[in-house]
Amino acid sequence: MNIKSLLQRDSVRTVFASLIAILVGLLAGTVVVVVVGLLNPSISSNIIWDGVRLIFLGVFNTGRDAAGALTFGFNPTFFGNMLFRAMPLILTGLSVAIAYKTGLFNIGAPGQYLAGICTTLFLALSIPTSSVPAWLVWIIAFFGGMIAGALWGCIPGLLKSLLNINEVIACIMTNWLAASLVTWVFDISNLKNMLEGTKTGYIYKTSSIINDIIVDGTRTISGTNLPAGAEVVSTRGGVATDKMGLDRLFSGSQVNGGILIAILLAIIFYIIMEKTTLGYQLKACGSNRHAAKYAGIKDKRNIVLSMALAGAMAGAAGSLYALSGNTEFFWTTYQSLPAVGFTGIAVALLAVNNPIGVIFTGTFMSFLNINGQQLTKMTSYNEYITDVIIAVIVYLSAFMLMFKMWLGRKRKISVSPVREGEVKK
Amino acid sequence: MAFLIRQTLMYMVPLMIVALAGVFAERSGIINLALEGMMIFGAYIGVVCLNVMVDLGWFSAVKASGNMWTMQWLLLLAMLIAAVAGSIFSLLLAFAAINLKADQTIGGTALNMLAPALVLFLVRITAKQNALLLSTGDSATWFMIKKSMWGFDKSYKLSWIGDALLNKVYLTTYICIVLFVIMSIILYKTRFGIRLRSCGENPQASASLGINVIRMRYAGVMISGALAGLGGCVYAVTTANCTANGEVAGFGFLALAVMIFGNWKPLPIAGGAFLFGIFKCIAATYNTLDINADGKYWLADIGISSHFYRMLPYLITLVVLAFTSKSSRAPKAEGIPYDPSRR
Repeated sequence: MNIKSLLQRDSVRTVFASLIAILVGLLAGTVVVVVVGLLNPSISSNIIWDGVRLIFLGVFNTGRDAAGALTFGFNPTFFGNMLFRAMPLILTGLSVAIAYKTGLFNIGAPGQYLAGICTTLFLALSIPTSSVPAWLVWIIAFFGGMIAGALWGCIPGLLKSLLNINEVIACIMTNWLAASLVTWVFDISNLKNMLEGTKTGYIYKTSSIINDIIVDGTRTISGTNLPAGAEVVSTRGGVATDKMGLDRLFSGSQVNGGILIAILLAIIFYIIMEKTTLGYQLKACGSNRHAAKYAGIKDKRNIVLSMALAGAMAGAAGSLYALSGNTEFFWTTYQSLPAVGFTGIAVALLAVNNPIGVIFTGTFMSFLNINGQQLTKMTSYNEYITDVIIAVIVYLSAFMLMFKMWLGRKRKISVSPVREGEVKK
Repeated sequence: MAFLIRQTLMYMVPLMIVALAGVFAERSGIINLALEGMMIFGAYIGVVCLNVMVDLGWFSAVKASGNMWTMQWLLLLAMLIAAVAGSIFSLLLAFAAINLKADQTIGGTALNMLAPALVLFLVRITAKQNALLLSTGDSATWFMIKKSMWGFDKSYKLSWIGDALLNKVYLTTYICIVLFVIMSIILYKTRFGIRLRSCGENPQASASLGINVIRMRYAGVMISGALAGLGGCVYAVTTANCTANGEVAGFGFLALAVMIFGNWKPLPIAGGAFLFGIFKCIAATYNTLDINADGKYWLADIGISSHFYRMLPYLITLVVLAFTSKSSRAPKAEGIPYDPSRR
């Protein structure tokens, strides 16, 4: 099989087009780094060269040697962290991809993510682990977060199907509503981290142990170091996703079983989309809503269902992120939306909305994230170059279709229109 | 009351002008989801311009001369440059959407990601922190028009309407209002405007009448970029106190919402922007809002949580959309790449 006939295959062309988009994105990032470096007198040529290498290989960075040059090799910590950060990105990517299959642009993933993270934190930190086993609390909190995300995703879905409100606008509004609502909920909650005095503005980690105690007749809370004469009423917290042995594989990193759950969900969605009637109906609504309706598919129900599934995935992203146990949630979030929701759009687009592809593109985006982190740590550049690269990739994926057509053009059939005076061969 | 009007105008004006920016693009047939990105870019360029002027010593020279009206010219220059920058930035969208027939929603999303990333990348390198500020003074000291500048004595008491419109105001507000009117007239009453709108409805028919659809769409997107960049600069100077930090508090997206519930028409857009502006204003200032100047802050006294006021603008938008969306009508050809062979 030669290259030309390989390129006729749609899947091969898709992967090829994505790879080209990635390469161009990375090159654009390199150009920005070099140009900014050359224009800025405080950045030496050594730093420029370091910056360029870190864009491509930051995950493999193992520090600097005695001479101050960057060294590269397998770094289990960064690798593990890459997988850890890939987890929410895969899920928000899935969220956007599912909605896209039904012809909906789910820009509401940040809001659904917030709904998920808020509910999960609430459940994980409010149910006393002294009377309910921690694994059960974990399950309740995880599914609670997913359901909250699904319900939040339903809102734009319902508005779209019943009132014909543009889902992009409805999603944007529900995003900001979620941001304010989450801040409100935590503002009046008792889950603000009071035990660690330096952590103002954060919610407890789900793994932290909170003891509700009675000292001298007054009810208060305490960490693991109980004050003298305290009577413990109940204990909360201490909930975290199982590491499933991944911490031994990638020592020193944050990775846990959540990444496996994310991959599993992606596979489940692949099966739903490709092998079930439900998936077929959702896709039919995406291809042509009116034709689907004519064929007896309930288009309105499917739009709501699609948004609910999408919301559940974004909710799961927030949920698993919170349940890792060592992440802290900054609760005054009303002024900004979580970036992971928007990056999900890029993840989905680069994967051409294929659930299996999302696993790889999500990991790739988190690879870029770690590279950016290293760029901040090791050079005078900063991590925002990652976002520039992602933006360029998204920009390219906007005309991926044309890209693919160009890759697969046959000699005999000319895709481009014949210009005046040009003889068609 | 004067305070309320002033603040509402301040929030309303960038929304209004950016929503009109959206109209120019969409009426020519290109969905412009990138309003937010263009605003962010315009805001950054505007603040950079002002900083360059500070470094050149123009500000201190004006202060030494004693005539603060000169500052307004500098502000005008910065706004103009921000508009040009926004226009150039919008070429990215135009090229992808018109020449490459790209998915316009995705292209717009890409620009919305690119603008804050690029701005923050540059700001962090140049300013060594996450926000670029004016190196001396703030927008109130340099650009605010106060009653003393009109020749009124400090003790002179203006009527409330005069106080609202002449004291502690920014020139940007009035420029945007005038521009809004002019651009609306161009869109509806000139040959150019009518041709532009026809390209958003039925480009093939327009082409058959000899209109260059591609050029019209480029014009629409570039005007859109210019207005959005200008709006971003206005936002940065008035609301954000001359700060560029890679965000405009979602104003670009809100403008998009205003445009949709204004049904792609200037007058309802002005109304929508006003509605939004007043609720934004209440959310930001409800604590110190003294409507009839009797020393009572009744909104704060009701005891409703500040979080609720923050949610109000978005809730109201959804409610208004719920009532108006049945009659809403987007330009027919928006989002569809122009294909001359499809008649």
